[in-house]
Amino acid sequence: MSNQNIYIPYLMRIEKITLEAPGVKTFRLKFENEQDAGTFSFRAGQFGEYSIMGVGESTFCIASSPTRKGYIECTFRQAGKVTSALALAEEGDIVGFRGPYGNTFPMDEWKGKNLLFIAGGIALPPMRCVIWNALDTRENFKDITIVYGAKSVDDLVYKDELMEWRSRPDVKLVTTVDPGGETLDWKGEIGFVPSVLEKTAPSAENTIAIVCGPPIMIKFTFPVLEKLGFTEENIFTTLENRMKCGFGKCGRCNVGEVYVCKDGPVFSYAQLKLLPAEY
Amino acid sequence: MQTENYLIRKPSLEKLFNNLIGSGKTIFAPKAKGKLALFDNVKAYGEITEDYIVTANSAKSVVFPRTEKLFSYHKSKEKTEITDAANSSFPEVILWGTRPCDAAAFIPLTDTFNGDYKDIIFNSRREKVLLLSFSCNKSDDYCFCTSVNSGPGNTSGSDVLFTKLPGGDYLAEVMTPKGQLLVRESIDLFEPKPEEDKDRNLAVVANRFNQKEIQAKLQNLFENPVWDDKSRACLGCGSCAYVCPVCSCFDIQDEAHGNKGTHLRCWDSCGFGLFTLHTSGHNPRETQSARWRQRILHKFLYIPNKSKIAGCVGCGRCSRSCPADINILETLTSL
Amino acid sequence: MNELIKKAVALLESDSVQVIIGYAEGTGTRTRAIFITRTADCENLIFDSRCVQNLAVYLTKSEIKKLGKPAIVAPIPVLRSILQLAVENQITENDLVVLGITPQSELVDFESFAAIEAFLSTHQIVIEEKYQETIREIKAMPVTERFAYWVKELEPCFKCYACRAACPLCYCTRCTVDNNQPQWISVASHPLGNLEWHIMRAMHLAGRCTDCEACYNACPMSIPIHLLTKNMLQDVTENFGTYGPSLDKLNTLSSFKPDDKESFIR
Repeated sequence: MSNQNIYIPYLMRIEKITLEAPGVKTFRLKFENEQDAGTFSFRAGQFGEYSIMGVGESTFCIASSPTRKGYIECTFRQAGKVTSALALAEEGDIVGFRGPYGNTFPMDEWKGKNLLFIAGGIALPPMRCVIWNALDTRENFKDITIVYGAKSVDDLVYKDELMEWRSRPDVKLVTTVDPGGETLDWKGEIGFVPSVLEKTAPSAENTIAIVCGPPIMIKFTFPVLEKLGFTEENIFTTLENRMKCGFGKCGRCNVGEVYVCKDGPVFSYAQLKLLPAEY
Repeated sequence: MQTENYLIRKPSLEKLFNNLIGSGKTIFAPKAKGKLALFDNVKAYGEITEDYIVTANSAKSVVFPRTEKLFSYHKSKEKTEITDAANSSFPEVILWGTRPCDAAAFIPLTDTFNGDYKDIIFNSRREKVLLLSFSCNKSDDYCFCTSVNSGPGNTSGSDVLFTKLPGGDYLAEVMTPKGQLLVRESIDLFEPKPEEDKDRNLAVVANRFNQKEIQAKLQNLFENPVWDDKSRACLGCGSCAYVCPVCSCFDIQDEAHGNKGTHLRCWDSCGFGLFTLHTSGHNPRETQSARWRQRILHKFLYIPNKSKIAGCVGCGRCSRSCPADINILETLTSL
Repeated sequence: MNELIKKAVALLESDSVQVIIGYAEGTGTRTRAIFITRTADCENLIFDSRCVQNLAVYLTKSEIKKLGKPAIVAPIPVLRSILQLAVENQITENDLVVLGITPQSELVDFESFAAIEAFLSTHQIVIEEKYQETIREIKAMPVTERFAYWVKELEPCFKCYACRAACPLCYCTRCTVDNNQPQWISVASHPLGNLEWHIMRAMHLAGRCTDCEACYNACPMSIPIHLLTKNMLQDVTENFGTYGPSLDKLNTLSSFKPDDKESFIR
């Protein structure tokens, strides 16, 4: 890679678009160049810069699992300039992708442990990558619990996969929606993620907790986990600072001595505690 | 390599300039503009001013232009084609009249654009730059190079350093093979090294602080009233970062013209509120004082902790150009 | 400026205001803005001909607003900006105490914005002859030459936006250049991007600019951008007959008259 221009994206063709929730779409992307498809690899937790030429780049995680070869997926909510342009793209269109960037979830170290996934809203995608990675190598892990909440039933993403996870005997799935976000036939929990987590009370024994969500959810989830007996080293999250380059040069995601893009985005709660609260 | 020292007489210096211009080199040198001196493209020796402490703008734009194409694209129905800007031929540039602080700044700047991810566009530009620096024979209260391991006669980063001697001739210290090549090409202009002591002909720049002490203090100073106090008048512009020879934060922008367009790198600054603003409206650095703190911590804690050198060369440009008279030295010495 | 210091002390002591925005000695021969919250610091207040920064810029900054109600040291350019901010409903009389300074360096109290306007009516904006001369010369250039002149003058601009940051009337929380949906103005500082920015800036200040030159003074590259705003000021005066802020008039370019000289608006 060293003799290449690090700003040049891979050209990717949109193979499939899934509407996940209002304003939220998943793209399945395939490499235009067969060779790229062969050499490309990534690990759970990494992200990329997705672009529409002439509009710009936007940062999101790779939402598919590294165990699923030949394509990558990203899930995004239409919010700013680039995501609005991406939302207009159609199947068959070309988008740019640079990556993979950043560190990874230390899944090798989690072998033989229980995994507890806690996600809120649009933050399920970074976790979905880890969840499928774990499910595809199921023998490596003990109990897998997923606590997932969104504002409303409509806002839950990956609805088909939630059903699939629910039907699996080797996964415990708890879904919740904010009060007022439920429908008449809603069978899940009603309440915010931290309180539902507290009620669910998963054991901290030999368990890794992975938390992704809006800052406010994370802020209230960490104390609950500590109360449940999780140590700082066994709680992981991802930071989502604004990024441009993805490799520690543009300066934007600098928090204390780390660049979230290069040294993160995955941090343990213990690592997070050492950083100034600029995220 | 072993440093080579020569004498170059005043008229020969002009001849050297003319030889370089004659060989088709692009030369950037300080040009007077009102009360300021600015690095600018010069074609004739007479355009160069000697009356400056440092130029108002830094020389970084020759390796890190304020707007630079990273690639261009062409979209058609069938396919998208990308033209890599790294394949362009970058100009050979001579920086004439850089100060030792300017030359020193190329070291941290080059660090930033290398490491795990090598920026070949930056490196291609850097390779083609020759730094012909001139020692400082005057300084002002904004200068503090000696506090950040540099000095008015410091050679690091320069290919050749000229020091003006009494009578107007110059001592030429040739520091690099690139500099050596330049001397070989005009060897008749260079004479054996003078006896004159270099240090006696340098400006005096007082040592204002101990960088290691500052670094140690900053380790535990994230929450401190000094950030509010010293940044209260800050207007939130990017002047300090844009005149800084080390600051290298950037933005990436696309510009489209029909089905063609370019992908650009543009200067950016941690002093702008927009720099860290999320699309959601959340801003990790909400206030101007948090941004001022970031500027200081980045230069005097984060960079030195990683690469041992400070992210500042003590040129004082930020303080001189600040429209609100916010002075970096004042902040550092009041910690 | 003993009188100014005494007044400042009195205002803080009586808690009529919580902060004094004034001038103090800066580095070298420079002066700088100072924000005084304790009476003991009032002795640092100064005023002389070096005090040219337009302090009115701080009246709309959130970091300064947090300090409480201000009293602001206001020589003529600051008074004009205060009045214009009042015209634009950015400040009200209860928001601040104005410590006016006459051209003779005398302290003058203003009870109301109307009093400021009355005072300023005897201190009209005058565009110096040297600038008028330059503007005439530029205007006399053929279009291509004039275009080349501005491309060259604006070339050193690297879009640090110090001109915007120093201007009391550029108080928008999100400037047009910072909007990207759509992206009206190029972020890049290439010739086109620079032209777009400076034309936009001048246009947004047309009929509002009070000629304080804060933009020019702030420019680290000494680009004569004040020529643009000075010219706009002259043009607006010649075409619409207003000159400087006035409480009973709306901004020239944002108000409508049935007898407007431009036909497109009717």
